[in-house]
Amino acid sequence: MEYSLPQSVEEALSTLNSESNATVFAGATDLIPQLRGGRSEPRLLVDLKNIPSLVDLGFSNGTWKIGAATPVARIKNNAKLTKIFPGLSESSGLIGSDQIQNRASLGGNLCTASPGADTVPSLMVNDALVVIASKTGSRTIPVNEVITGPGTTSLDTGEFIIEFLLEQPPSRTSDAYERFIPRTEMDIAVVDAAARISLDERGHCQEARVAIGAAAPTVIRVPEAEEILHGKKINDEILAEVMEVASTACNPINDKRGTVEYRRQVAGVLVKRVILLAEKRALDKRENK
Amino acid sequence: MSRIHIECEINGDDAEFLCDADESLLDALRDEVGLTGAKEGCGTGDCGACSIILNGNLICACLAFAPEAQGGVIETVEGMADEEQLHPLQTAFLEHAALQCGVCTPGFLIASKSLLERNPDPTETEVRYAIAGNLCRCTGYDKIVRAVLAAAQEMKQNPMKGDRL
Repeated sequence: MEYSLPQSVEEALSTLNSESNATVFAGATDLIPQLRGGRSEPRLLVDLKNIPSLVDLGFSNGTWKIGAATPVARIKNNAKLTKIFPGLSESSGLIGSDQIQNRASLGGNLCTASPGADTVPSLMVNDALVVIASKTGSRTIPVNEVITGPGTTSLDTGEFIIEFLLEQPPSRTSDAYERFIPRTEMDIAVVDAAARISLDERGHCQEARVAIGAAAPTVIRVPEAEEILHGKKINDEILAEVMEVASTACNPINDKRGTVEYRRQVAGVLVKRVILLAEKRALDKRENK
Repeated sequence: MSRIHIECEINGDDAEFLCDADESLLDALRDEVGLTGAKEGCGTGDCGACSIILNGNLICACLAFAPEAQGGVIETVEGMADEEQLHPLQTAFLEHAALQCGVCTPGFLIASKSLLERNPDPTETEVRYAIAGNLCRCTGYDKIVRAVLAAAQEMKQNPMKGDRL
């Protein structure tokens, strides 16, 4: 096996072009256990952490850019970003321990494509865009077009993610994330959920976005739930309807973490909680600067 | 397959070693450099027994590739004591009986050191979150938490202690 440390996107692309059996990595927190388990046998390891745009985190022209290889600890610890996207920050702070958060990245979390990937529901409700490096030039696609199934993505061989783009949300808008595990830290989601709520001047829901993880082959958006919330003042009756459609939208598996029935029920409860939390946060920051 | 020549700084000294591309940094530290303080518990990043500090960040050495150390700065438990003078965290672990079998201890010491560098006056909750990535099957954690809090107080009162690294 060989190890390569490209200094630019172009160099990484040409390295990947020269070896078809190559794996790109950032924190390697998923890759190394895969190698050890014999689930992956690449001939070339391409370390993306020396490419400046992949480890960048910043805001310009109304858009947040988060490099695909940036350790999630930097998202959690960035006060400005956390104020704008508290749900994304919370999900970043729930990936494993400090040791893991200093290495794991959004790009890796997305491309490992686990149904329970902690940061993906928050990226989905914020309509993140994903900039992909490809030998035919870079292309930008919505985050929900990346994962195609458990462990599989729409990226072609030789492609990798450069960065995530998140538009600054409008005022009276916030997100929230909740993960259910049998303890408070250091576990894989039984079910997780994210919501983003925009309120109008009367406090009615102008736009709602809801995503559920670990309850289907991929993280899912729940447009039926979003439609119910649209234009309404959020109340118990509306939430009961939303919980119902959220549970129905799930397509979970039975495993040691939970049964199908249990996961459906928990999904409804989590969706309710994240909607209420996002609504409260949106009310708290009417002036979203 | 040719081996890779790595030059880096380990515990304040220049160091070099040869490694394979897919060798873990933990294996390189233990087998190539001879620093066996960091332990392999699980090899999957769950137990924290291999915790080290790489370029200022607490990581699991089992989940990093050895070539990533090129030009880097590594801190391991072997660098915590100053000759015969133990680091305040090490002293506190002894005084509070915060270890039994000792396999997890180098990881806890490095994780605690990383915490106190970022947050010199942590609450008990902050200590518990900071060591959430380190497993101990002997102590039940309480004595470890007390030792870290005591070391933080000691380092506040005697700031010279423990500032070597």
